[in-house]
Amino acid sequence: MFLQTSSYRGLLEHKQEIFMIYERFFHAYYVGCKKSCALTSCGAKSALHLKLENHSKKRGTPMQKHPSMPPYTQPIIRVSNLSKTYGGGFQALKNIDLEIRQGEIFALLGPNGAGKTTLISTICGLVNPSGGQVSVDGHDIITDFRAARKMIGLVPQELATDAFSSVWTTISFSRGLFGKKPDRAYLEKVLKDLTLWDKKDNPIMTLSGGMKRRVLIAKALAHEPRILFLDEPTAGVDVELRRDMWEIVRSLRSSGVTIILTTHYIEEAQEMADRVGIINKGEIVLVDDKDNLMRQLGRKQLILDLHQPLDSIPPELADYGVEIADNGQQLIYTYDTTGERTGITKLLQALSESGIRFQDLNTTKSSLEDIFVDLVKNTT
Amino acid sequence: MNFTAVKSIYLFEMARFGRTLWQSLISPVVSTSLYFVVFGAAIGSRIDEIGGVQYGAFLLPGLIMLNLLTQSISNASFGIYFPKFTGTIYEVMSAPVSFLEIVLGYVGAAATKSLILGIMILLTASLFIPIQIAHPFWMAFFLVMTVITFSLLGFIIGIWADNFEKLQIVPLLVITPLVFLGGSFYSIDMLPETWQTVTLFNPVLYLISGFRWSFYEISDVSVGVSLTMIMVFLGLCLLTIWWIFKTGYRLKT
Repeated sequence: MFLQTSSYRGLLEHKQEIFMIYERFFHAYYVGCKKSCALTSCGAKSALHLKLENHSKKRGTPMQKHPSMPPYTQPIIRVSNLSKTYGGGFQALKNIDLEIRQGEIFALLGPNGAGKTTLISTICGLVNPSGGQVSVDGHDIITDFRAARKMIGLVPQELATDAFSSVWTTISFSRGLFGKKPDRAYLEKVLKDLTLWDKKDNPIMTLSGGMKRRVLIAKALAHEPRILFLDEPTAGVDVELRRDMWEIVRSLRSSGVTIILTTHYIEEAQEMADRVGIINKGEIVLVDDKDNLMRQLGRKQLILDLHQPLDSIPPELADYGVEIADNGQQLIYTYDTTGERTGITKLLQALSESGIRFQDLNTTKSSLEDIFVDLVKNTT
Repeated sequence: MNFTAVKSIYLFEMARFGRTLWQSLISPVVSTSLYFVVFGAAIGSRIDEIGGVQYGAFLLPGLIMLNLLTQSISNASFGIYFPKFTGTIYEVMSAPVSFLEIVLGYVGAAATKSLILGIMILLTASLFIPIQIAHPFWMAFFLVMTVITFSLLGFIIGIWADNFEKLQIVPLLVITPLVFLGGSFYSIDMLPETWQTVTLFNPVLYLISGFRWSFYEISDVSVGVSLTMIMVFLGLCLLTIWWIFKTGYRLKT
């Protein structure tokens, strides 16, 4: 699935190019693998991606970045000192400074009521800011709102649709609303890529929840935006549809669209985002490259399944900070992945010298969810 | 000026009109026919001429006004309230459109519907009474100004209303009584003097009086006053809408 905002040129060629690059990676890792990797569908691409990821884990090497990923350094949205206080005195945003880089997928994480939707709504013109400035590709959202808004597509959290209109009518309306001349070929492509083409004449109220969400994406894309805001795009959708949605977002990014998404699902941010911003109580707590964040704040644990249960930590292991778990059946060692030495070799040596035998060994890495929970807890 | 957006909103609203044709057009025409049958033919035959005009014919301008006022408000208020209710208003508010363009789209469509309705009633009436229009230009002028002004009022009500009850309150409890008491079915000369004075505070009286003058050259108040009143009312509505978009009242938080 591939969406391009300006046109759909080179659709097939581009897709094949990406897969050829994947193929090279695949063969580089699987020396003995003779299996053909000439895959042509998005689902197949996912499967391949997964294989690479699993292989990287086995080899202990980090997952390779998307080969076609450009360096995202040029800011397309600048938020400076933005604040919003609602009528009742509730301060939803507190002096937010944020830059969104062109072409990236930026995930905005935060607990309920953190200010995610207020921030998105302010940038899109739905909420009046109380202070500060926002510019979209250099256009101020207040003084030059037309130029700024033309670049943005918004997919709201709620399934707000014109229930009685047909899919085609509603996306044609959306395109016109943003001042774009009718372009049947473009809208047809959007609907086909979102697997909505056979539903184009159906009233929206007859569609399923997942289809309605696709309609909202089609509406947001109807005017060929360069920036797409997705407010909780996978809220309330099943796992399969969520994965489909991720594919859609990835395809959009490949076509050059900058994507900002808010989500409750940390897994979603972990899966898709290039950078992650964490917002809590109206303040940006942290913005970082997702991989950096995982590397710097992530912890790794070595879990040893013991032959004989332990009642307490033996004195010779006291310096390692190991913990006993599972009624003495497990020994857990937490270590820093960024340090020069992990201390695993020494620990294993000490275990051997102490006569403590283990029957299995596992390592786990803290997820973005753990990092998120820690950060939010620390700022509360 | 984003004319493409204005056209999109306008056509979208007109498409809704097409989908609700029965409710929007046929039902007021049917009710108007009933008025003519009951008040024009049955009861009207026992009422003397008013100002030299048969009662059935005298009714026509008032009936058109009654429908124009209620339908303009109803069309325009529902047109903007429905996107608010379903949440689809987010798209209009985040689009590169100014308040003027939004108003032109929504109010333009509502006014067009009412205008079509007014013409339909006129045509329906011609089946019951001989139509006579003394000043066609002024008749058209009053017709257009009324549908625009009351569509603007409907737009304001649609933004103000936060539930369906409020949406109905103004047309039912304010506009309909004002139209009935504003000389739709009688000349204020027929009222006791005290009530004549009270009626002069009813703004709808001026609209009906001016509109009736354009048909039969008979009026309760002078045409100049009628014209001034409708222009004042139009100005007030525009001022209110300007304030709504400036402050984001009920549209933006």
